[in-house]
Amino acid sequence: MLKISADKLNSLFDAISAKQTLYITVDNEKGSAEYKKYESGMTLSKSLNTVRSAKDFFFPQTENLADFKVEGKNIEVIDVREESEDFVVFGVRACDARSFTILDKVFLSEPVDSYYKNRREHSTIITMACTKPAETCFCTAFGMDPTVPEGDVAVFSDGENYFFLERTEKGKKFIASISDMLEDGDTAKLNEVQEKARNIMKKLPLANLSTKSFGGERLMKHFNSEKWAELSESCLGCGTCTFVCPTCQCYDIRDFNTGHGIKRFRCWDSCMYSDFTKMAHGNSRNSQLERFRQRFMHKLVYFPANNNGEFGCVGCGRCLSKCPVSMNIVKVMKALEDKE
Amino acid sequence: MNNDTLIPLIGVVTDIRQDTPDVKTFRVNAIEGGKVFEHMPGQCAMLSIPGVGEGMFSITSSPTNKEFMEFSIKKCGCLTTWLHAMDVGQQITIRGPYGNYFPVETDLKGKDLLFIAGGIGLAPLRSVINYVRDNRANYGDVQIIYGSRSKDDLVDYQEIIDEWQADPNIKVNLTIDREQEGWDGHVGFVPNYVKELNPSTNKTVLVCGPPIMIKFTLAGLKELGFTETQVYTTMELRMKCGVGKCGRCNIGNKYVCKDGPVFRFDQLGELPDEY
Repeated sequence: MLKISADKLNSLFDAISAKQTLYITVDNEKGSAEYKKYESGMTLSKSLNTVRSAKDFFFPQTENLADFKVEGKNIEVIDVREESEDFVVFGVRACDARSFTILDKVFLSEPVDSYYKNRREHSTIITMACTKPAETCFCTAFGMDPTVPEGDVAVFSDGENYFFLERTEKGKKFIASISDMLEDGDTAKLNEVQEKARNIMKKLPLANLSTKSFGGERLMKHFNSEKWAELSESCLGCGTCTFVCPTCQCYDIRDFNTGHGIKRFRCWDSCMYSDFTKMAHGNSRNSQLERFRQRFMHKLVYFPANNNGEFGCVGCGRCLSKCPVSMNIVKVMKALEDKE
Repeated sequence: MNNDTLIPLIGVVTDIRQDTPDVKTFRVNAIEGGKVFEHMPGQCAMLSIPGVGEGMFSITSSPTNKEFMEFSIKKCGCLTTWLHAMDVGQQITIRGPYGNYFPVETDLKGKDLLFIAGGIGLAPLRSVINYVRDNRANYGDVQIIYGSRSKDDLVDYQEIIDEWQADPNIKVNLTIDREQEGWDGHVGFVPNYVKELNPSTNKTVLVCGPPIMIKFTLAGLKELGFTETQVYTTMELRMKCGVGKCGRCNIGNKYVCKDGPVFRFDQLGELPDEY
């Protein structure tokens, strides 16, 4: 497999960023990882994953959908869309890479969301294989192998080298474009690293989490479960879980009057919020129990019902580490699973 | 880049009719005249006043009307208050059509039809009623049971009197909730009136109105011997995108904007009761 030695990684980043915008994972001053536009001298984060997911690249927290000019009784609609620049994202983990295929099922189904599609088409995703999964990780429950992630190119580290594996046509072109910096490498040590990672995964606290109790055919059974009252009792409705979640994609559309015209924005929203379904005549989900249930039912039952059994969770574990009251999808799954 | 459904078109309000104290019917045309887009009975459109908001409204005119679209809108929130403040000539943004429609070309064809509406619930059914009137040979008996709080709250009263009641091929039964001077028609709630009228159970029913009215009407119909597979309704939930992506109108694995708004009661029975 083609590789580059670890000490030359930054010169590779320099070369890539000379041609197109490159985002890598870096550690911020607080020591947590985030995606940053690469500038010479930045170093790739050693953290397992970023605090925020990678969905921002395709579904940003806010974006301008259209502008309006209003003059007297007349309205002019201004299409503000621009062709996205080509960009590379380096360091995406298997869970986030899988989240893109879940988001694709929403945004690329008819009618296609042109805003999302535009950025998706102009991106090259370079994933990074996991070597030290965390105790909050459970991507394997959803059928992923984080030691061989999806994406356009998968990158593997054996500590001394980074190996490059093409996963798509786009990835093949990308590797070709940097091939003069790569050399053939011996993967013996890499295989050891992968084997070690797989062994860690088998011993993780959530290694045996099962999805077999979930799916579209359990719709009314799970909806009517008595467990929701206890599960949702401590939920603050803060929406943190939806914001850090790589697959949560509910959105709001709002107008903002700048004084010189009106800008229409799309913003992330959360089904955990009390006004999400509030109408002039009432609210279809009045209690936090109903709103809490909606979020988990959507990921574990409704989404698979419409997508051939695929779940709307990738097991990244962000909600496990970020929920202020320590409630999360794993606790929900364990409470609702069939006990026989 | 291709057109995106989230980028709206422009419509011009060419006529405004004060139907009831809190319902106005707006006629909307494209800037160059004619309709902004075609639709089927029961489908909806997103209307917006930029800077105020956007909302989903059922298209109350029939697709057989080739000149314009109409929307009957009740003043009940922020956007609808702004819409009610509009004058003729005002432009609005419009996108659609969204959702499914009453199966006028398939399941309803050849059937005896019973329309049951309460208050502003007539708005989506009016599209179907006029579609049926314009394609009268394709359907059997047509009966309309419509009720409101008072005579003044009957939407499209003039059209009901002048056209529907005058049509020998349609039976119209009106009712209002309480006695009122100048009203010699039926008095009483819609669900009870339906039971009194005891319609034949071979009819296919299309019902729309306030949730409580729908609930009691359905129960009454069942008492009369109707089954859930004979009864259609149309739903309303908060919406932002109109195409099943923003997540707001999700009930179970269905999206009201995309899989609805028209549902048969046996289909609703398979979904969580979150509407």
